[in-house]
Amino acid sequence: MSAAVQVGSAQDATAKAFLSRHDGLASRVPDNARRAAATALFRERGLPTLREEAWHYTSMRALAGTVFSEPLLPVGDEGKLAAQLPDLDVPRAVFVDGRFNAKLSSLPDGVTTGAPADGKLARPDRERIVALSEMLAEDGLTFTVPAGVDAGTLMLVSIGTDAHGRPVSFHPRHRIELAAGARLALLEVCVGEGTYLHAPVMEATVAAKAHLTHVRLQREASTAFHLSTLYTDVAEDAAYESFTLVAGARLARAEIHARLSGPRASVTLNGAQLLGGQQHADITTVVAHDAPGCASRQTIKHVVTDRARGVFQGRIEVARIAQKTDGYQMNQALLLSEHAEVDCKPQLEIYADDVKCSHGATIGALDPEQVFYLRARGIPLDQARALLVRAFLSEALDPVAHEAGRELLETAVADWWSARA
Amino acid sequence: MLAIENLHATIGDKPILRGVTLDVPTGEVHAIMGPNGSGKSTLSYVLSGREGYEVTEGTATLDGVDLLAMEPEARAAAGLFLAFQYPVELPGVGNAHFLRTALNAVRRTRGEDELDAAQFLKNARAAAKRLAMPDDMLKRNVNVGFSGGEKKRNEILQMAMLNPRLAILDETDSGLDIDALKIVAAGVNAQRGPDFSALVITHYQRLLEYIVPDRVHVLSAGRIIRSGGPELALELEAQGYAGTIAEAA
Repeated sequence: MSAAVQVGSAQDATAKAFLSRHDGLASRVPDNARRAAATALFRERGLPTLREEAWHYTSMRALAGTVFSEPLLPVGDEGKLAAQLPDLDVPRAVFVDGRFNAKLSSLPDGVTTGAPADGKLARPDRERIVALSEMLAEDGLTFTVPAGVDAGTLMLVSIGTDAHGRPVSFHPRHRIELAAGARLALLEVCVGEGTYLHAPVMEATVAAKAHLTHVRLQREASTAFHLSTLYTDVAEDAAYESFTLVAGARLARAEIHARLSGPRASVTLNGAQLLGGQQHADITTVVAHDAPGCASRQTIKHVVTDRARGVFQGRIEVARIAQKTDGYQMNQALLLSEHAEVDCKPQLEIYADDVKCSHGATIGALDPEQVFYLRARGIPLDQARALLVRAFLSEALDPVAHEAGRELLETAVADWWSARA
Repeated sequence: MLAIENLHATIGDKPILRGVTLDVPTGEVHAIMGPNGSGKSTLSYVLSGREGYEVTEGTATLDGVDLLAMEPEARAAAGLFLAFQYPVELPGVGNAHFLRTALNAVRRTRGEDELDAAQFLKNARAAAKRLAMPDDMLKRNVNVGFSGGEKKRNEILQMAMLNPRLAILDETDSGLDIDALKIVAAGVNAQRGPDFSALVITHYQRLLEYIVPDRVHVLSAGRIIRSGGPELALELEAQGYAGTIAEAA
């Protein structure tokens, strides 16, 4: 193989295994133009390394050397899988090891499955993980909501299994398209067991006056890897509002590229990472203000204990045309142990002259005065700490207006805490 | 009810309490007065279990139970309440949620049924109304953006809800105007009865016009140097602490 992948590291073995997997896949399903291009890119560049600025804080070392196989077995035991689904009575699309599972799903009109052959927003030429995903993508969901239609709520669930006896990876490609004035609340939940890599790519286009609410809960298995990339394009007077809760996986990155492409568009990218043990989790956002009068809001909270490490990188790019931009970014960390760590890198690139952009970062521990005040009122220590952790998250969590979505997140926060206690 | 015997406590290596002995019988309200730095606040913190103080000698019991061996939350469940001199702000914690969590934690420990949201809210609203607190104070975050007077009223509201056996009021009068002082005093007086005792810590006699104590003690340099009836407060107000301290020395 003439792969010009950098030599000499365990990362190569992993990258080579991905490439030979692709070759096997291509012998069954011939490459289309997009996959062929992505494969060429991945063959040339391989996995991200710390030398790359965008990956400076997040190392692939934890997965290097692991060969991730294709999840070939049809996975049985629907009952066991169903038990991992959130108890919510809404339409849902369920993917098991990256493959659509019709039995566990109840799809609304307008949903099709299978990996899209084209790309609307994804940039495999820029993001190496996206090149990898496009090279290996076999399935995914496409949901198109027609103009003016309120599609209600759709739950998108990914379940990773340990049914294969060896590490597997799956790379679904999802696409959400809201036509003008359409509305949708997408609840995305990732759970699983065992060692696997889940690397989904999602493209979400939000046309004029449309509104997409996106509640994301990442609770992958504690031995799993999660590398997701989301692209959204938000048109005139449209809104994309997301909350990303990260609690699972040993190595995780949630990368979000949001482009405000029409006047008065808005995006909210709030999130929280709850990390313990040796977890490493990274939220990386790039918000591009490409039209005047747009607003972006980002409040990211980290609660980190043990030897875990949280990363937030947030870039805001304001184009020359994007006058009257209103950009806000806040990163706050609560460190619950001596060896917990958070790295934060805000970046502002502003080419317009009439803009309002602010960013800030705070880092701290639980305030002993607050803990004592609660205990003096009869609240036991552990409950007092839980209450203060929840209070710390409230600025990011409380604005989640979708009730079932917020309930899902609240439960995950409470579960995280009780699992630690 | 509260029995303190030869209590010594230090912060770091610095002795603050140097042998406090004090009995507050059930149903009585005692005042502790004294100059700055005499150990008044330390006494309240040691009794309620704040970290950072080391008890080097002596005992403190509530209804015969050793207070000093208990975690702060257990002391609260046993019936001790500290009204803070500087109530702590809790951004992100709703006042009603806080009160209900505290009340139910205490009830659970005491083996009582927890209150459901509706029952609780009814009681809390009634108690807030008695303290002339606007309804929205239950909805706001605990003490966040409260005026000095509102914070102190919020302490008294918590006291009313938790219904303690013994309340320690640590300079509850500081920062209060006369109207707020009257409201707070009325809240404490409403609590008075054969099963309730209070330790009122104050610099000034003014509060004791509204919460009339059964006994007044003077704390100086970590010891109680003089005790008397309510008239002692008036005497101190008129003559200052210097004379009393000099006499005792």
